[in-house]
Amino acid sequence: MTMMDRLPPTLVAGAPLLRMTGVSRRFGRVTALEDVAATVWPGEVLGIVGESGSGKSTLLRMMNLEDSPDAGDYRLALPDTAGNLFDLDRFARRQLCARRIGIVYQNPHLGLLMGHSSSGNVAERLLMAGERSFAALRARARGALEASEFPLTRMDDPPKLLSGGMQQRVQLAKAIALEPALLLLDEPTTGLDVSVQALVLDTLKRLQRDLAITMVIVSHDLGVIRTMADRVMVMRHGRVVEEGLVDQVFQDPQHPYTQELVHAKL
Amino acid sequence: MTLSTLTRPWAAISWGFLDASAKREMRRKMIKAIAVPGCQMPYASREVPMARGWGTGGLQVTLTLLRTDSVVKVIDQGADDSVNAASIRRFLSRVSAAAETWDTLEATLIQSRHRVPEERLREDQVLVLQVPNPEPLRPVQPNMSIARQMHADADYGRLWLVLYEQMVRSGRIMQGAAYPALVNGRHVMTPSPIPRWDVPKLHMARHLTFLSAGREKRLYAVPPFTRVEPLVFSDVPYKVEDHADLVCHRSGLRGVFMNEIPQDGGGSAFEASDSHLGIKAIRRAEGAATTIGPMWYEEGRFRP
Amino acid sequence: MPNSEPVLVVEGLAKTFTMHHLGQSLHAFSGVGFALYPGQFLLLKGPNGVGKSTLLRSIWRSYMPDAGQVWFSHSGGRIDLARAADVDIAQLRRSDMGFVTQFLIARPRVSAEEIVAEPLRRAGLSGEDALADARHWLATFGVKRDLWRAYPTSFSGGEQQKVNLARALIRPPRLLLLDEPTASLDAGARAALVARLRELKAAGVAMIGVFHHPGDVAALIDGEIELQAKEVRDVAV
Repeated sequence: MTMMDRLPPTLVAGAPLLRMTGVSRRFGRVTALEDVAATVWPGEVLGIVGESGSGKSTLLRMMNLEDSPDAGDYRLALPDTAGNLFDLDRFARRQLCARRIGIVYQNPHLGLLMGHSSSGNVAERLLMAGERSFAALRARARGALEASEFPLTRMDDPPKLLSGGMQQRVQLAKAIALEPALLLLDEPTTGLDVSVQALVLDTLKRLQRDLAITMVIVSHDLGVIRTMADRVMVMRHGRVVEEGLVDQVFQDPQHPYTQELVHAKL
Repeated sequence: MTLSTLTRPWAAISWGFLDASAKREMRRKMIKAIAVPGCQMPYASREVPMARGWGTGGLQVTLTLLRTDSVVKVIDQGADDSVNAASIRRFLSRVSAAAETWDTLEATLIQSRHRVPEERLREDQVLVLQVPNPEPLRPVQPNMSIARQMHADADYGRLWLVLYEQMVRSGRIMQGAAYPALVNGRHVMTPSPIPRWDVPKLHMARHLTFLSAGREKRLYAVPPFTRVEPLVFSDVPYKVEDHADLVCHRSGLRGVFMNEIPQDGGGSAFEASDSHLGIKAIRRAEGAATTIGPMWYEEGRFRP
Repeated sequence: MPNSEPVLVVEGLAKTFTMHHLGQSLHAFSGVGFALYPGQFLLLKGPNGVGKSTLLRSIWRSYMPDAGQVWFSHSGGRIDLARAADVDIAQLRRSDMGFVTQFLIARPRVSAEEIVAEPLRRAGLSGEDALADARHWLATFGVKRDLWRAYPTSFSGGEQQKVNLARALIRPPRLLLLDEPTASLDAGARAALVARLRELKAAGVAMIGVFHHPGDVAALIDGEIELQAKEVRDVAV
């Protein structure tokens, strides 16, 4: 690479919200992640692109503390957390994830109770955090669904009766119900019709603008990343091959793989 | 030294039916259950001469607790005279020579299916409830391994979710029997299918309660003076069945839990579910000398 | 003008595109150097394909320079844009730098006035004040009042361009990069653009731009940078 090394940040005040370093994970003989580092600043949207098997989803699951790496350090700059989050036990992880991290999966079955009502799915998150007033649960679930632009006339229908786009909105409402510090999106629009995809992205964009939520979005779709992200990380074979501002990575990709990816898209 | 000097003479059955090692295992699990109120303890669940699902779990606890001076009462949905209750009671007295009674006040050991007696239990009494399904999380988490993790994490949100959806669908909580309750602020238990009416009787009670499921091989306990709090929303108070103003058509009792008996011409009559309490009330009305103990509910209101 | 500190000092800037799949490189420019002072307006000149837009984008950091420095005096000090961290660049783009092209990046279901008001909102202005200002600039650039609350995704190219200009010029940055903003603009909007640029120039905004018809902005030009293949030939101030 001819690119000059970039300097450390000097203008951005405060600490990054998320900092991961040296994260490696092997599944048997397969290397899923190899010495991955990631930094996300408050209010920023980080995109992660790469083909299937590049490790991008594995990395996102690590950020949601669903899995532990073989090695690595993970810190979130939140008032009630300290140290390497990978060292937390299952209970502490669950507490942290429930209260501070929201996630939207590509497959709604992973994030939703398909047979329970949509509003109930959102309410469960609030119940987990200790909300015990029925009126408050109802109001807050309604508010989160409304913010996700979910049609309120259907708020008590179970997700299994809803379309894919609607299911993603329920997941999103559940994820933002507790106003998380970090919102993780794993291929949130993959598998949706193109028109529905645009609407869901638009909702995400609006939420980002209104609430200034810090987001990490994983997608193999460069269009999604271009629309959503401020910065992007390109992954291949479990490694980060390139990182930069979205317009820079897409207009002036440096790594051979990124060039291939960008040109394949155009 | 011969084998016969080391062993007891052969007998058809052990005293109290269960052999010593079975009782020892039961005692260990029962003590554990008392130590961690509301937490389900697995146990071996021996064979007893009764089909699983007919009260074998309760029976094993009762057999373990039997003493020569025990006075046993067995009730089935409040009745002492149902076939199942009578058979269990007779079995208990035959294997141990314990005395039998129908009167809650006389009993030291009460095995029950689906009811807690209406007269207050004392610190010298033990209640053993038969439990068909000990796992309150089963309706929301069919995988029992995950359910156990949820207990470990005190992750009970989904139980409230069920109540939330009942409120949304029906405007009120529909859960009738087996209303889940938080024990000692830590473990949620299903109090066996007792009516909502009976759940407050377990809260800070003077007596010890064991709950045991023979088929599922799990037992748990509510020690005396332990908090038992039904899961409720802060703005939707816990409600017991609306029986306070009903009158028993046979005994004239009022303010107790009733069985509804449909009548031929439509409508229904009501009968006190605690049958021996009804009998005592009738006897008293006829002028016989009977003692009715202090009740949990007075004038239809629960008295803590 | 050069009696104050320069806003931008470019030294030995070079850019070559490496195309790995072809196994070859495309040289854009090298050895570019110039200084830009507050309130100064420099015109980038040179034949088509010589790398004028590439130079602007290298300063904006859409392109990664290969060598050289781009010293930018922003509100908090001096930074080398060629090597600054991505997050710093992102912040400077929001606060101190502007880039005007002819293309609007419209977003579905965001109204024209909201798009234009956004830079002010991000700078901390209240919603109503920002909107009032946005409407003023939409009017100035000749966007019909009926369209203010509509979504620009459905606008014609010309109307989108006006919305884009209003958005890009609503807030005076310290440095403004202009990439042919007048192309295919109608006369009224062009006049408004020139007027606004004059205003910004007077307010001390440093500008560097590529114009197809430099005649549009002739009165504003303080100097020219002529890019030629392989080198910068002349910097006349």
